[in-house]
Order: sequence, then C-alpha cells, then structure tokens
Amino acid sequence: MIDTLVIPLLKIVIVLNATLVAVTYMVLLERKVIAWAQSRLGPMRVGPYGILQPVADAIKLMIKEDITPVRADKWVFTAAPIISMVPALIVYAVIPFGPEVRLFGRQVTLYITDINVGLLFIVSVASVGVYGIILAGYASNSKYPLLASLRASAQLISYEVAVTLTLVSVIMMAGSLSMVSIVRAQESQRMWYAFAQPLAFAIFFIGGLAETNRAPFDMPEAEQELTGGFHTEYSGMRFALFFLAEYANMIVVSSVATTLFLGGWLRPFPNVAFLSFLDFVPSWTWFLLKSFFFLYVFIWIRATLPRYRYDQLMRLGWKVLIPLAIANLVVTGIVKVMLL
Amino acid sequence: MAQAIAFYFIAACILGFAVLVVSTKDTVHSVLFLVLDFLFVAALYVLLGAEFLAAIQILVYAGGIVVLYLFVVMLVNLKRPPEAHSDPHRRTMLGFLLAGAVLVEVGAIAIYGFSQPAMVPVPGAAMPVTGNTAQIGWLLYTSYLIPFEIASMLLLVAMIGAIVLAKREL
Amino acid sequence: MPITTTHYILLSAALFTIGVVGVMVRRNIIIIFMSIELILNAVNINLIAFSQQLQNGIGQVFAIFVIAVAAAEAAVGLGIILAFYRNKETVNIDEMNVMRS
Repeated sequence: MIDTLVIPLLKIVIVLNATLVAVTYMVLLERKVIAWAQSRLGPMRVGPYGILQPVADAIKLMIKEDITPVRADKWVFTAAPIISMVPALIVYAVIPFGPEVRLFGRQVTLYITDINVGLLFIVSVASVGVYGIILAGYASNSKYPLLASLRASAQLISYEVAVTLTLVSVIMMAGSLSMVSIVRAQESQRMWYAFAQPLAFAIFFIGGLAETNRAPFDMPEAEQELTGGFHTEYSGMRFALFFLAEYANMIVVSSVATTLFLGGWLRPFPNVAFLSFLDFVPSWTWFLLKSFFFLYVFIWIRATLPRYRYDQLMRLGWKVLIPLAIANLVVTGIVKVMLL
Repeated sequence: MAQAIAFYFIAACILGFAVLVVSTKDTVHSVLFLVLDFLFVAALYVLLGAEFLAAIQILVYAGGIVVLYLFVVMLVNLKRPPEAHSDPHRRTMLGFLLAGAVLVEVGAIAIYGFSQPAMVPVPGAAMPVTGNTAQIGWLLYTSYLIPFEIASMLLLVAMIGAIVLAKREL
Repeated sequence: MPITTTHYILLSAALFTIGVVGVMVRRNIIIIFMSIELILNAVNINLIAFSQQLQNGIGQVFAIFVIAVAAAEAAVGLGIILAFYRNKETVNIDEMNVMRS
C-alpha cells in the first residue's frame, strides 16, 4: 500500500513543485543571462541581485484583468493554455533522475515510474501539446493570432518528424524503449550516446529548439512578427500559463536530451579510476548539472543568433534535418548489424 | 474489480464522447471531442495490455490525423459564417433506423459467436522475444513483411496524392 | 463480473453504430469523415480485444495497418475536400452534386 500509493504520490508532489519553481526561476535566469551577454545587469531591484523578481512577476500577472475577446469561443479560449501546459508536466512521470537509493530504510527509485514504452510515451504526449497552440489562435477569434498559430503548429509538426527519427537511432543502440534501460545501456556500453551518435544529438538539439519555439526558431511568437503571435489576445494568468508552458517544454527537452544522450545520472568517465572521487557526488546531482547545462545553452543561443525566416525554417526542417536523420538511421542500422 | 471499474468508466467516456462528436453543431467542438475519444480508446488499449498500440494511437491518431482535421476545419471556417445545421432534407429517422438495424445485427453475431464452443487459441509461432513492442516488431518484420512494405507504399502514394491535390497550380 | 471479450465486442459494436449514425445523418462532409474514423476505431478495439483473448500478436499488427490506412485515407480525403471547397465554397454534401446534369 505504501509502496504502490503513498511513495509515488510523494514523488509526484515533489517533482511537480520542483518543476513549477524551476520554471518560474527560468524566467529570471533567462533575463539575467541575456543581460550579462549584453554587458548589462538585468533585474536587480527586487530582492538581493533580483532573486525575488519571479515573485513580483507572478503577483503582477495574477492581479491583472482577465480579458476574453468578444465572440471568442469561451470554453476553448480557457482550455488552450491548460492544454499547452499539461503535456509538459505529464512527461516528468517517466524521466529518471537517478537509480535506486536507500532512504529511511526503504529502497526508493528516483523516478516516478518506468513504463516499457517510456520514450514513445514522451513523443506521443509531446505531439498532443500542439493542440494548445492551434486552439489558442483559433479561439481568439482574430486574424493575426490565427495565422500565427497555424504557422507555429506547422513548425512544430514538421520538426517532430526529425526528432522522432533521431530517437529511433537511440532506441536501436539501446535496444529498449524504457528510459531507465537506455541509461543502463549507456552504463553497460560505457559510452554516452552523444559520442556514439553525434549527428543524432545535433539534430535532436536543433529540433528541440524548434519544438519549443525558442530562438532562432521563435518566429511565431516574436513581438516584432504578427503583433505577438498566437497569445496576443491572452492577458494575466492565462498568458503566464503559455509562458510557463514554453519554459516547462524547454526543461523537458533538456531532461530528455540528458537522459538519452548524456547518460542521465551517470558520472563522466566511469572507467577512469583516477576520477573515482567523483563518486561522492549523488547521481541526481549529475542529472541536474547536465540539464542545467542544456538550459544554459538554450539561453546562450537565444542571446546570440538571429531569427530564422519562416520559409528558411521550414526548408531546414524538411529538406535538411529529415534526410540527415534518415541517413543517420540507416548508417546506425548497418553498423549495428555488422558489428553484432 | 479495479479492472471492471476502469473498463466501465472508459467505455462510458468513449461512447459519450462519440455521441457528442456526431451531434455537436459546432465543427471545432466536434473535432475536440474526437481527440478526447481517441485518448480514451488509447487508455482502453493499455487496459488490454497493448501499450505499444496505445502510444501509436496517441501519436498517429490523436496527434496527427485529428490535427489535420482541425486544420481543414479552421481553413474552411475562415470564410463561412456560422450557420444553423437544420437541414430540411435531413433523413434523421431513416438514419437511426438503419443504425439500429446495424447494431442489432452486429450484436447478434457477437453473442451467437460466443455461444458456440470456444475456439482453441491459435498458439502463435514460438517467438524468441517477449514484451509487447518486441513481439509486434518481430511479427512485422518476419511474418508480415510484405503487408508492411505495401502499407509503406500506400503511405507514399497518399503523401504524393495529398500534395498534388493541395497545390494551387500543377 | 469479470470483463470478458464479449464486453469489448459489444463496446466496439456500439461505437460502430454511432459512427454509422454519424455518416448517415450529418450533412457536413468533415463530420462524415470523422464518423468514419470512429468506425475504424471500433474495428481496432475489436482486433485488439481478440488479440488479447487468443494471445496472438496478429490482431495488433493488423490494427497497426488499419491505423496506417486511416492516416492515408484522411490525408487524401481532406485534400479532396479542400480542392472541392476551393471551387464550390461549400462543405454540405447535399450541394456536392456537380456530376449530376
């Protein structure tokens, strides 16, 4: 009873709260890092060094007036931000933060659950997240958001294909769809898949940038384009939900990239005995370090690269990434069969 | 016991949302109820132990095909004003009668089939793999390779056909 | 009472009937297409229920092919609808009678 009900509930509560806090502080992190990249300081007023800025942002957004456009579809208008946010949170059920540890005399696994189609579950839940964007543009009953949302969803479903093909190469190397098995396969094959499949890693990262509508692929929601994109008509807490959903998606892509390509909770160079003092660092700390590295790279790229035009974006997705991903898949298959 | 509760709940949701799909006036709401219906069908597949099919159902059906329907509905709704769906030529009663006949027929076949002596389960060929995904993969690539290749040709043809139909000039 | 395969077959029959009602009663062609998807889902539920009863993977493989065929049919069918709509500005099947003289 305790093992099947109470412990997973506790894990869910911890993971959800940690995710929501992390997402709100991502806003601050992004503003700070972009500011430092531009030789300025970023938010410094609220709290020491601006640490309490997210609290101020949250209070401001919650007390804003909630406007619903006239003749907008009320139910769909309310549901769209929720449909955007929920898939980003559900994915955490299968992401492994660490192996089994001994806590209070019990063997506790550091993941909520491990289903044997874990990676496929992540991909399918991510593909349901497209609905939030489509419905947001439609329910606003206004031209610009509708066009922006059609663009954004076309971008999302195009890059989904390339990302899924790279995931198939990883599955071929690991021999299983379950996330924990993929990390253990990296442990037993003594190589992080980022080194075994560098092309798949690069395509996954670029596709992840496009999937989360991040720069340089953020044309659908940039303020200079289409008057603000698909969330133009949203204000207050609903707008905040869209923003939080985007950052939650970013953290999800980082976590999945860490698990699949950077070895999850494994420490670097496991067979070099000289570095065995690194064993004192707990496994979940390695996971968090690697995920934060990815998040930092996301923000770094946003501060550095200019934006892609829409037709360049679609050309990149369909004509460059998908053929490269298929070629990678074929080469992986051939190498795996020959080196069996 | 828990399985019975799960089955009845999921079955009620599937049938309820299907009725809503067929009877809602607004087309966009109809599409949204269809998505919910497919998600509950995927839950039913998990109950039946086919978790790979459940993930494929969400990925392809709910995340691909219905998105396509939603795009078309929105593109068609752009110029049409919302209009009433009452149609003087609609043959509602005839439709219900024919559907009732279909239901009675299919139900009778099902129940008659189950009152016959039970079939001996056909033992599947001895498979070197276990687990749902591996089993389906094994079958697809050994016994059913030719239908698999034909299905991929079909998808290629459908892709080309959709592109040709959607272009404005050839 | 334990859930037997008969329950799944009756559920599939009911879903099939709702799909058939949708095809016959509604006049909007997109809703007719969606009712056809309901019919295909009913068939899938049937296949997978039998696959579980007979402990054979054939039903699930067939269900995958049904999903692939449904995707192909949806793509081409919606392409035809869009091409027709561009010419005639209607999605009411009562008005899609261009072949009639």
